[in-house]
Amino acid sequence: MSKVDLSEYKFNGLEQESISDLNTLSNEDKDQLLMAGVVVDQSMRSASYLQMDHSAVHCQSSDEGVEIMDIKDALKKYDGLKDYFWTLVDKDKDEYTRAANDNLHGGYFIRVKAGAKIEDPIQSCLMLKSEQVGQNVHNLVIVEEEAEAHIITGCSVAHGTKGGAHLGISEFFVKKNASLTFTMVHNWGERVAVRPRSSGVVEEGGKFLSNYVLMKPVKDLQMYPTITMNGPHSVARFNSVIVASKGSHLDMGNRVIMNAPHTRCEIIARTISSGGTIINRGHIGAHHVPSKGHLECQGLILGEGRIWAIPELDGSLEGVELSHEASVGKIAQEEIEYLMARGMDEDEATSTIVRGFLNTDIMGLPSRLQKAIDKQIEELQMSDGM
Amino acid sequence: MLTIEDLHVNIGDKKVLEGVNLKINEGETFILFGPNGSGKTSLLMALMGFTGYKVTKGKILFKGKDITDAPMYERARLGIGMSFQRPPTIHGLRTRHLVKMCARNGVVNPDLLAEMVNMTDFLDRDINSGFSGGEIKRSELLQLMAQQPELVLFDEPESGVDMENMQLVGKIARNVLDGNFDLNPDLSLKERKERTKTAGLIITHTGYILDYVNADRGQVLYKGHLCCEGRPRDILDHIREHGYQECVRCMN
Repeated sequence: MSKVDLSEYKFNGLEQESISDLNTLSNEDKDQLLMAGVVVDQSMRSASYLQMDHSAVHCQSSDEGVEIMDIKDALKKYDGLKDYFWTLVDKDKDEYTRAANDNLHGGYFIRVKAGAKIEDPIQSCLMLKSEQVGQNVHNLVIVEEEAEAHIITGCSVAHGTKGGAHLGISEFFVKKNASLTFTMVHNWGERVAVRPRSSGVVEEGGKFLSNYVLMKPVKDLQMYPTITMNGPHSVARFNSVIVASKGSHLDMGNRVIMNAPHTRCEIIARTISSGGTIINRGHIGAHHVPSKGHLECQGLILGEGRIWAIPELDGSLEGVELSHEASVGKIAQEEIEYLMARGMDEDEATSTIVRGFLNTDIMGLPSRLQKAIDKQIEELQMSDGM
Repeated sequence: MLTIEDLHVNIGDKKVLEGVNLKINEGETFILFGPNGSGKTSLLMALMGFTGYKVTKGKILFKGKDITDAPMYERARLGIGMSFQRPPTIHGLRTRHLVKMCARNGVVNPDLLAEMVNMTDFLDRDINSGFSGGEIKRSELLQLMAQQPELVLFDEPESGVDMENMQLVGKIARNVLDGNFDLNPDLSLKERKERTKTAGLIITHTGYILDYVNADRGQVLYKGHLCCEGRPRDILDHIREHGYQECVRCMN
C-alpha cells in the first residue's frame, strides 16, 4: 500500500462560512457538484448536506422522514451515539482513522425514520475547497426498520483546487426490512489523496445496494468497505464503474461477510485503466447456509496501465454457493470486427464498446446524474484520457 | 455487382480457398453448398475482410471497385452486409442503439423494424446477451434491415433455429432480399421506390432456406474449389441423393 504523508496537508484552520442557499455557489463549483451527482436545485432532493473543508456549511431536510445534521451536532444530541459511533470501524485501525478520531471536522449524520419511504434521493457532498486541505469526516447512516432511501454522495474538489487529502469514516446501519441504495460518485483531482474507511451491517430482510462511479483522475485512493450481513434474507449488491487515467493509483474493492442463512450478495466491478494502476479487490465470505454470492471483476487495459484483480471467496461450510469471474485484457477483436462489419471504423467501434462497458443504466440513477456521467465518459473519450 | 477472380485465401499457413471464381449480379440470390470444412465460411469471411483470412492471390471486385485490401468498414459502407453465425455479446450496448448505428444515413425507426422481426422486447437488452439461436438470426436480420446493404452474406440461416422460428427467419430473409419492408413510414413513396432488390450470397447445409427465398443460382464449394453450378433446387436434390461424391468426380 502506498503511503500518504499527512504532514503535507492542512488539517487545521480552514473553516468555511455556512451557505444557506446552494444557488449562491459559483457556476464552476455547481458544475463540480453536478459531476459528483449533487444538484443545487433541491426540489428533486429530500435532504442535502454539504461539507466544505473543515465545516458543515449546509444542512437541510425537506422530508420529515429524514433527519440530517452535522455529525458533531448529532453526537451532542444523541449522547455520543454510543451504539453506533466507531462501532463498525476500529478507530485505531491506522493513522487515518486515528486522525479522524483526534480532530473531527464534521461529516453527515443521516437517520431515515422507521417505516419512511423516501421518494427523492438524499444528497451529500464532501468538498475540498482550499488548496492542500486535509479533511477528516465521519459519516453515519441509520436506516431504521422498514424504511427505504437512496443516498447520493458526491465527493469533489472545488473548481481550481488541485491538491488535498480526504479521510472519511463511514458507518452504515440497515435495520430490519430496511433498504438503502447508496450511490457514490468521486470527482477528485490529480493531486488528491483519499482514504475512506467504511463498514456497514444489514439486518434481517435488509437491502444494501451500492453504486460507485469514478471517472476522474485521483492521485491515490485506497478503500475496501466491508458489509456484514447479519440477518437472514438480507441482500447486498455492489456495482462499480472505475476509470484510472495516467497518474491515478487506485486500490479498491468490496468485502461482504454473509453472516446469516438465506443471504445473497453480488459484487460487480468494471474497471478501465488508460495509464493508471487499479488494484481491484473483492471478497465474499459465507459462513451460513443457504447463502449465495457472486463476484465479478472485469478489467480492460487501454494502451498502457495495470489492473490487478484479486477476487477472494471464503466458504466455511458445506452448501455455500460462491462464484467469481475475473478478466483483465483488451477489447476483443471479435467485438470490434462485429461493429466494423456494420460500417463503423475502428475508432468508432472501440469507443462504442468502451461506452457500453462503462454503461451505468443498471444503477437506475436520476437522469441528471446519468447525464453527468455520460458527459464524463464523453470527455474521457475526447481527451487523451482514453 | 460482385466479382471474385482466382481468389486464394490462407488462414495462417493453411490454404482454405484455392482459386475461386464467382460472379453475382445485382439483385441475384446465390446459394453456396458444400460439406463441412470446404471453405464456405472462409469465403464469406474473406469477402467481408476479417483479419486472419489472408488473400494470397486473386481479387475481389464490388460494384467495380477493387476491395481486396479494403478495411471491413469500407466494404460495409460500400454496401456489403453480413449475418453473423455466432456474434459476440457486447456489454452495455443496447440492441436499439446498434440498430440505429447500422443505419448510417439515420432514417430508421428501430421500434417499427423490431416489430417486424418480433424483437421488440430485445431492443433494450444488451446485444446478443443470452439470445437463443432464432433470436440471434432475427437480431442479425434486424441490423441488416437498418443497414440496407446491396449484398447480403448469410452464413447458414437455418443453424440453431427451430422449425417455428425458421418460418419467421425465412420470411424476413426474403423480405430483406426483396427490399420488401418499411424502413420508416415517413419516407415518401418515391424514396421507397428507389430502394432496389438486394443481392444475396447464402450458405446452406439443409436447404430449408430455399423454401423461403427466391434463389437464382447455386454452386458447390468443395475443398477450396467451386464446382457444379446449377439451379439450387437441383443441386440440393442431387446432394441429398448422392452426397458430395459427384463433386469429387466432377472435379477430377
